[in-house]
Amino acid sequence: MAKRLGSQTIVLDKQPVILSGAGIVGKKEGDGPLARYFDDVVDDEYAGEKTFEAAESRLLRDTYIKALEKSGKSSTDINIILSGDLLNQCTAASYAFRDVDTPYLGLFGACSTMSESLAIASMLIDGGSVDYAVCAASSHFCSAERQFRFPLEYGSQRTPTAQWTVTGAGAIILGKEGQGPRITCITPGKIIDEGIKDSNNMGAAMSPAAHDTIRSHLIDTGRNLDDFDMILTGDLGRFGSTMLRELLNRSNIDLKDKHKDCGMLIFDLEKQGVDCGGSGCGCSAVVLSTYILNLFMQGTIKRLLFVATGALLSPTRIQQGETIPGIAHAVLIEA
Amino acid sequence: MKKQISKHEYQKLVEEKAPGSHFIKNLFAAFITGGAICAVGQIVMLIFENFGADKELSASATSIIMIFIGAFLTGINIYDEIGKFGGAGASVPITGFSNSIVSPAMEFKKEGHVMGVGAKMFLIAGPVLVYGIFASVIAGLFYFIWKQVM
Repeated sequence: MAKRLGSQTIVLDKQPVILSGAGIVGKKEGDGPLARYFDDVVDDEYAGEKTFEAAESRLLRDTYIKALEKSGKSSTDINIILSGDLLNQCTAASYAFRDVDTPYLGLFGACSTMSESLAIASMLIDGGSVDYAVCAASSHFCSAERQFRFPLEYGSQRTPTAQWTVTGAGAIILGKEGQGPRITCITPGKIIDEGIKDSNNMGAAMSPAAHDTIRSHLIDTGRNLDDFDMILTGDLGRFGSTMLRELLNRSNIDLKDKHKDCGMLIFDLEKQGVDCGGSGCGCSAVVLSTYILNLFMQGTIKRLLFVATGALLSPTRIQQGETIPGIAHAVLIEA
Repeated sequence: MKKQISKHEYQKLVEEKAPGSHFIKNLFAAFITGGAICAVGQIVMLIFENFGADKELSASATSIIMIFIGAFLTGINIYDEIGKFGGAGASVPITGFSNSIVSPAMEFKKEGHVMGVGAKMFLIAGPVLVYGIFASVIAGLFYFIWKQVM
């Protein structure tokens, strides 16, 4: 049985295993520094479909199939799919899995979806109700732009704190037994809203949540930064990462060189014109499922705190003058 | 758990640390882009005048040509690049207005001709039209009263 530690953290008893991970991305991501880790790069932004929304579902579905293939499991072994995305009503995921004969739970955690799905799946496996689960998330630059910002062909300038929505999907197969890194501990995050209103500065809106979750995890477990090989935040981007470091410093936590951010890893910030880095559910999902799992396989890292962060906003609420609530969930992955 | 930093302090800190826009660079790009678009407009107008059109006809014909150029460059995926470089220099001239109508029309074609193109076409230009027409009615009213009084 899992047990609760401190105020927020849950220590898992059965420690679910990450059997495999897969990530498929778009062209821009494929031109980025992590290119060689991706399972596939789809140059066509429509991915052979008629709309961007359908393209996102296609990417997610293909990634799920790829991850399944790599795990050596068949779709009948999977007891549940936990997935989500940024689109209204989570439609990228529900259309991706509508022809898959497996129970499905749709999640919305904005860009924190991947750690949310891993956290929930881990508890389901730990509780014995699920043997194998799929955790997945996706985003698509074009479908996100039209929902949250402007039409693609509209000539506008991006602000320096803006982030670039990643086109891509990541999927992880989690099982009760097998070979691979294990999820040992999770810290679900609280919603933190420090009053940021600028939807072009989501890094600043999310970093207080990342700070709160990391701090709670350290307090609950009694660990310090030296116990980790890496703290991997979701997609705070360059500016959000600066703010996280600043906030943690004020809590007397020094990140040293342990911190990496998926939004900064996936693109070359200077050369690719993405301002503060990548964002979107697909960002942390892809980076974790490909590059980071590879680091585990090579033995480069042994204990990683994965903290995907999300900005829980909608264009409607922002237009109504509301601020942006942030969230971050931590998942501890150990070799 | 005690909070390390208040909401207000955090917002101030973000404002302080956030990278700002390159003011001089953007200003220069807007000047060049806006100036270039207006220069093209001027050339078109001179051509019309050269062919004997009067001032009013040349002005209307030039607007039509510039709107077409804006729409065409949007259609072949170039105007967004001009906008990215030129900022307000690309959005303020009439070509930018054209871009703001054609780009949503292209984007929302997938949702059909009625609820897509028809309903979403004025997504960006709508406010400009509403308040532009409203302002011109008010101005016209003042002009009318002025004429009666004088």
